[in-house]
Amino acid sequence: MPSLTVPIADEEIRALHAGDTVYLNGVIVTGRDAAHKFMVEKYVKVAEVDAAERPLHDELKRLLNGSVIYHCGPVVRQHEDGTWEFVAAGPTTSIREEVYQADVIRYFNLKGVIGKGGMGANTLRACQEQPAVYFHAIGGAATLIAQTVRRVLAVHKLEFGVPEAMWVIEVENFPVVVTMDSHGVSIHDQVEARSKAKLAELLALA
Amino acid sequence: MTQLHEIDLTEAFTELIRRAATDLPADMESALAAAKEREEEGSAAKSSLEAILTNVQMARQKSTPICQDTGTPIFEVSYPLGVSTRALAAQIRRAAAIATERAYLRPNAVDSISGKNSGDNTGIDFPTIHFHEWDEPYIQVDLLLKGGGCENVSTQYKLPDSSLKAGRDLEGVRRVVLDAVHQAQGKGCAPAVLGVAIGGDRGSSYIKSKEQLFRKLDEPNPDPQLAALEERLYKEANELGIGPMGFGGKTSVLGVKVGAQHRLPASYFVSVAYMCWANRRARLIARQDGAEVEVSYA
Repeated sequence: MPSLTVPIADEEIRALHAGDTVYLNGVIVTGRDAAHKFMVEKYVKVAEVDAAERPLHDELKRLLNGSVIYHCGPVVRQHEDGTWEFVAAGPTTSIREEVYQADVIRYFNLKGVIGKGGMGANTLRACQEQPAVYFHAIGGAATLIAQTVRRVLAVHKLEFGVPEAMWVIEVENFPVVVTMDSHGVSIHDQVEARSKAKLAELLALA
Repeated sequence: MTQLHEIDLTEAFTELIRRAATDLPADMESALAAAKEREEEGSAAKSSLEAILTNVQMARQKSTPICQDTGTPIFEVSYPLGVSTRALAAQIRRAAAIATERAYLRPNAVDSISGKNSGDNTGIDFPTIHFHEWDEPYIQVDLLLKGGGCENVSTQYKLPDSSLKAGRDLEGVRRVVLDAVHQAQGKGCAPAVLGVAIGGDRGSSYIKSKEQLFRKLDEPNPDPQLAALEERLYKEANELGIGPMGFGGKTSVLGVKVGAQHRLPASYFVSVAYMCWANRRARLIARQDGAEVEVSYA
């Protein structure tokens, strides 16, 4: 299986097509509902980032540039020396971030988003322009994916709670499937159209 | 001498939670293995089922959660006369906190007003506990861990539904259940188990639909009409081609379980409890055995 390491180049993203399976490597950041709301409200939608939010803002700018954000709320364990371990870390449903995702992709120069369930038209458009892709992880395969997390480097916004915090992690051979590519193709749209046609047939609605 | 009505089951409940969170019932695992065989070689559907099965084995060996979303813990407690439900509820809540500390559960209870996570899986009406007094001499506790992704695609219909041409009969039920599977696509972590309830009020109907998820996949419905409906829905839901994770494929559901309850003349609700492939259920039985209380798990 081909593998990609962050930061990912535009040509590498353009070469990916919906249906491709790849392994991801490098430093990525988790972010879900609270984190996306926070990033859009405190960074994207303001004329100037508040001084108090600057350090994290600049750190995220550095970390996410050319990297990917992972929709995940992990189960973690803290060791006595204070270091963290990912115990279970599968993807959460991505569609809840649809209102924020395109803004976040553009603002941080993301090359991808990892999640599950796929996303909508705004994100697909942002993927085409950026370019970026949507990587689908296997929902529920939490212990398996946690094994690909080599190190937990930092945690931000832990006050959001463990699932909602932004965890900076280094992954090795994280398995994902490209389900939305930078060429405007979404497997989710295709599967939904087929199932809709089949449903109409089964219910004789057409 | 320990009596059933005075025993502290906190540690046993913690073990029940560990078992539910880190292992899958045998019928679920074999249904997933059979589904893997059906999918095409080299397809994303097949590789995701392979990953799911590997994950289940790893979680069991390492005693870590199958899925990081350890969900809403739903306890169905059946108990004989003389056992204190208040004591059992307190023990269950303590066990939830201990299980969180041991990383069997993710801290999952969020204050809806302040947004603050309680950090230990206890809160207002959290976890969910239902008590049923029964005639058996022992305590039986069934636990289901119901994840949030699949809960979000669970739904309720009010029949008749003109857009789906669904009337107030079993054909109407069939129509709305197939619609629910289509609407969910892969977002609830297909392949799913569907718990369907017909009738009741809105609240009782949702509860009944979740109760269906405790039934084993190979356990036939005693009502022949509902058994036939389950069979047909299983076959037709899989014809929708949504497949594991919504990648497209032959297996969208692993089982359909239907229950019914009486309703008002004015109402006809159909609730669909969509359960992800990680249908994490476990059972504890505590029974008096001479001078001691014996605890077993299934």
